This record gives sequence, C-alpha cells and structure tokens, in this order.
Amino acid sequence: MKDTDQTIPRTLPIQSATFTNPINAEIRRAAATGIYDIRGGGAKRKVPHFDDLLFLGASVSRYPLEGYRERCETSVTLGTRFAKKPIELDIPITIAGMSFGALSGPAKEALGRGASMAGTSTTTGDGGMTPEERGHSSKLVYQYLPSRYGMNPNDLRKADAIEIVVGQGAKPGGGGMLLGQKISDRVAEMRTLPKGIDQRSACRHPDWTGPDDLEIKILELREITGWQVPIYVKVGATRPYYDTALAVKAGADVVVMDGMQGGTAATQDVFIEHVGIPTLACIRPAVQALQDLGVHREVQLVISGGIRTGADVAKAMALGADAVAIGTAALIALGDNDPKWEAEYQKLGTTTGAYDDWHEGKDPAGITTQNPELAARLDPVEAGRRLRNYLKVMTLEAQTIARACGHNHLHNLEPEDLCALTMEAAAMAKVPLAGTDWYPGKAVF
Amino acid sequence: MQTYDVAENGLRGLNAALQAQSDETNQTSWEVQNPKGSHAIAVGLDAPIEVTVKGSTGYYCAGMNQQATIRVEGSVGPGVAENMMSGTVVVEGDASQYAGATGHGGLLVIKGNASSRCGISMKGIDIVVHGNIGHMSAFMAQAGNLVVCGDAGDALGDSLYEARLFVRGSVKSLGADCIEKEMRPEHIEILTDLLERAGSDAKPEEFKRYGSARQLYNFDVDNAAAY
Ligand SMILES: Cc1cc2nc3c(=O)[nH]c(=O)nc-3n(C[C@H](O)[C@H](O)[C@H](O)COP(=O)(O)O)c2cc1C
Repeated sequence: MKDTDQTIPRTLPIQSATFTNPINAEIRRAAATGIYDIRGGGAKRKVPHFDDLLFLGASVSRYPLEGYRERCETSVTLGTRFAKKPIELDIPITIAGMSFGALSGPAKEALGRGASMAGTSTTTGDGGMTPEERGHSSKLVYQYLPSRYGMNPNDLRKADAIEIVVGQGAKPGGGGMLLGQKISDRVAEMRTLPKGIDQRSACRHPDWTGPDDLEIKILELREITGWQVPIYVKVGATRPYYDTALAVKAGADVVVMDGMQGGTAATQDVFIEHVGIPTLACIRPAVQALQDLGVHREVQLVISGGIRTGADVAKAMALGADAVAIGTAALIALGDNDPKWEAEYQKLGTTTGAYDDWHEGKDPAGITTQNPELAARLDPVEAGRRLRNYLKVMTLEAQTIARACGHNHLHNLEPEDLCALTMEAAAMAKVPLAGTDWYPGKAVF
Repeated sequence: MQTYDVAENGLRGLNAALQAQSDETNQTSWEVQNPKGSHAIAVGLDAPIEVTVKGSTGYYCAGMNQQATIRVEGSVGPGVAENMMSGTVVVEGDASQYAGATGHGGLLVIKGNASSRCGISMKGIDIVVHGNIGHMSAFMAQAGNLVVCGDAGDALGDSLYEARLFVRGSVKSLGADCIEKEMRPEHIEILTDLLERAGSDAKPEEFKRYGSARQLYNFDVDNAAAY
C-alpha cells in the first residue's frame, strides 16, 4: 500500500519559546497603539524567591519550642538609632506606602484600620496624607517623595516616622504615574495639578542628589521634627550593599529595601519586569553592609517585594531583616482580584488574579480607583478586619516556624536555620544547597 | 530683639527656639549671628516673627517656612525656602540651586542671582529674582509665579504645568512644552504687585510671560520625542 498524504507523519505545530503568545500579543498591541504597556503590580516573571528556601527545623542538635505553650515574641522597634520616639510594633509586618490617588479613600482607611488592629504601622504615599488615614492609623509613616505632592510641614509633624523614598523595587530609577482617569477633583487638589491630566511624578528629588546631600536633607527633616521621629530611607533593590551603606552614612534610622517583585500603582511593564533585582538577592548584601558598618540591628532593615506568607516573613528575618512590608498582599486581603468579581474582570478583558490595569481606575473591587461608585463597594470596616486577620495569620505562621527552629523571638531566626532548593537561591541567600554544606561563592576550604 | 549665635550655641537650639514661637509671641524680632554657612538654619518656623540672618547659609535655609519673615544678609546654599508654605524669605545675595523648590506658598525674593533649577516643581510659591536664573528653572512647575528681572538659562519651564513665568531679559532656551504667552491685564496686575513687594523698580511692561502649551498633559505617541 502506498503512503497517502494523510498517513505521512507530520511535525506538530511548535510554539516558539522566544516569540511566545504573550510576547506576540504585546508586539501587536504596541503596533496598534504606539504606546508602551502601563500596568500595576510587580514583576510577574518567575525569579528566585523565598519559595526556593526551606527551614531546617530543630532535631537532635537543636531543640524546638512547644507551639502555643512556649512564648515566641514578635515585637520590633524601628528607629532606635537617633529618634527620640522610635516606632514600637507588635508584629514585624508593616503596611507599605501606597498613595491616596492610586488607592481609594476607603481602601486607605481599611489599611489603617487593619494595621492598627494588628499593632503595626501603615504608610502614606505619593500625594500626601489624608485625614481619614491619619485618623485610622495608630502608627503612620509619612512618605517624603520626589514629587512632594501634598507635602507640608503640618502633616510631616503628625507622622510617627518619615520615609524618604529614593526608589521602589518595581521601578528603581523611575517616578510615579497616575493617569488622568484617576486624577479626580480631590486628588488634583491635593497634588496641585489640573484635573484629568496624565501625571508623572519625578524620579529623583528636586532639591538633593547623592548621599552627601541626603545627609543634609535628613538633618533638615530632623530639625523640623525636633529629632523626635525615625527617618527611614526606602530604596529599590539594585545595588543593595552600597545603597544601604550610603543610607546609613547619610543618617538613616531605618533602611527599607524593596525588591523587583514589589508592586506599584502604575508604571511601564518593561520597567517592572526588567529593572531591579529580586527581593531574595538584596537581603544578604544589605545585611552585610549593616554588619560591616557595625550597625546591624541598630539601623533596622525592612524588606519588601513579594511577601505573601508567614514563611516569607520568617525567611526574610532569618536572612537578617528586622521587619517586612507588604503592599500587594494587603490589597488582596482587602479584596483585590477576588474571584467574586470574575464576571467584571472578564468584561475588562482579564481574569481573577491577573487584573493589573489599576491605573485605569475601573477596579471592580473598588480598591485602586477614584470612581465613587466603585470605591463604595469596599466597606473599610469589614476590609480592615480581613487585613487584621491576614496579618495575624502571617504572624502565627512565622511563629510556628520560629518555634520549630527553637527560637523564642522571631528576631532570633538566623541563616543557619535555612537551606536552599536551587543553586540560584543558595548563591543569593548564601545558605547551603539542601543536603550539602556548600553554596556558590563559598570557599571550599 | 532676641539674638542667637549659631557658632556658639549650635543649630538645634536655634531651630528649637524659633519653632517654639507661637502666633501670640511678643518675641517677634530675632537676629541670627555667625551662621557661617550652616545648613538648615531657621527651618520649619510657624509664627509671624521676623528673623534676620547675619551672614551666608548652607542648604535649606528657611525650609518649609510658614508665616515667618526671614531675611538673609548674605548668600544662600541649595534649596533656600524649599517647600515654603507661607511667609516671606528675602536673600540679599545670591542663591544656589533649587531655590524655592516645591514651595506651596509665600514669597521668596532673591536680590542677586539664582542658580539652576530655581522654582523646580513649585506648587504655589511666588519667587522674584532680581538678577538672572540658571538652567532648568521652573522644571515641572505646577503653580505660582516666577519673576526674573534678568535673564533665564537653558530649558526654562521644561514640562511645566500651570505656573506662570515672567522674564524681563533673554531666555536662552525654552524647555519642552513651555511657550511664550500673551501678557494680559491680569498678568500685569500680578507682576505689579510682586515687583512692588519684592522691592524691584522693574516695569511690568518690560516682561514677557511664559507658560505651558499643555501638549504633554495627556500621553500621545506623536509627542514621543518630547517624553
Ligand atoms: C497600589 C500601589 C501603590 C503604591 N504606591 C507607592 C507609593 O506611593 N510610594 C512608594 O514608595 N511605594 C508605593 N508602592 C510600593 C509599595 O510601597 C511597596 O514597595 C510594594 O508594594 C512592596 O511589594 P509587594 O507589593 O510585593 O508587597 C505602591 C504599591 C502598590 C501596589
């Protein structure tokens, strides 16, 4: 029998690993619109992360603490170096700076309520402090950003700490973006901008450049606030060793290091995915800088960018962080990307879990919007309660791990409690590959 | 009059004393001696007092001022009157970079010249410079008035929003989206008032007005070269 066309084996259609469907779709979108993709959230690509680390747990060489019965403390004090009134937190998980403008008024209120109930701090953002968030936050960190929108000395003095924002992990070297749809009357007034414009915040501070200037800026802020409150310096993770060292030299009380998975309200996708280094990669160099300068634990290190669980908290702390900050996870706890809005996500051309067009202000969950009808969907009391629950769960999870490793305080977690699942994670976290006593870069002898 | 010697008694004591003044204070007149270029002199004040600084200062003199009138009998370093909310700051000499940066209100007068980025990101402050200003002045300026009796450097008013710029002399170049605009009677009125309060005898009619062409307010791929 002769072979016919039907019987000849054919190659399967093979999708390119280089020209993937999402890449091709983006090429078509760019060709059609002539503008880069803008979105919210953090890096979506897979990068080495806390999931690539495991805790060793106690056994014969170390003994564990009894869950529930033996105490495992969780408190942390931030700003012990120079401030007369350091910030005392019950848990080492803080709420990161997210602007009113990017977020609705009720969402900011919910963050304040949830954080206060959990005994932790929340943070303002680009665009200034609203009375609602000050009122509902027992401890509020005031961001001092390049744009200085809404910046004024009265609010500065109402703050429990000041965070000088040099950069963000999602976009180190970039400024903020708030597109016209979200510049409502109130947002426009707070920022002294015309309504409805596409607003770009500056990427660097208007009145200082470099570490020597920063030192003088910190002096000015301390003089204005009477040396009372801690001053944090927040940087996007790129050169963590040097940035940490320079922040310390400039007089920071606290260094906040934000990795590339860290969320943003809006920026170019190309920025989010291609600038900055993973959270996992920035912790050890930052800690090393603090240790080399003899200020580890005196200048506290807050780590953010992709923190989701108590395990992530425990791992960040084991690597030397004093506390962590969460943005995206807090929004999810409030109700962001909830499956109950799936029908509406579909209408927006997306799906639960993938919705990131926060800059458009059409958030079905009413969180990343200035549309009053959508914003009214979020009950700040109920959402605040959810955030509190989530913060409590994360804390309990971190305690569970710390006790299993034999520690009576989360701060006692240490790199020796960890091992890595991959070579990359082992190299970045400087902890041994599981089952070995070696990590890349470690001398053999 | 109260006097305070910075060299002898330190910066902290100076700012603490000045910041402690209230609206009702009767210690309304202060003289600051031996500033010797110190940074952060007379910052964060919030009372209707008059402070005279007898000499030149470093960075951020009169930063975030509210209500107070601060006169510097010398020159000032970078960021004089940065983020001022209200009150008046007068510099008898020259000013370094970023004079009046992000100021939300009040009046800043510089009798000499101001360096680059004068009025950067200004948000409602009025600035009058008797001499010249450097490059990138009024960058991203949002609101308020910048009056320059001399010349302006390169890229004046780059990416500015609604601030008004008035220049009597030449402008080396205009920044992106900044254009010359018609001088209408209401602008002459604003200028007349500011020049008078700043002690300048320049004539409002001698100035040209510059402002935003508002072409960069919303994204447009045809403007990509300007982004
Ligand atoms: C909606 C939103 C708005 C944000 N706004 C700001 C801001 O105004 N200033 C700032 O420094 N960081 C801002 N960030 C970044 C957060 O402060 C924080 O660095 C980041 O969210 C941490 O990473 P995570 O989202 O993975 O937890 C924002 C993040 C989000 C998600």
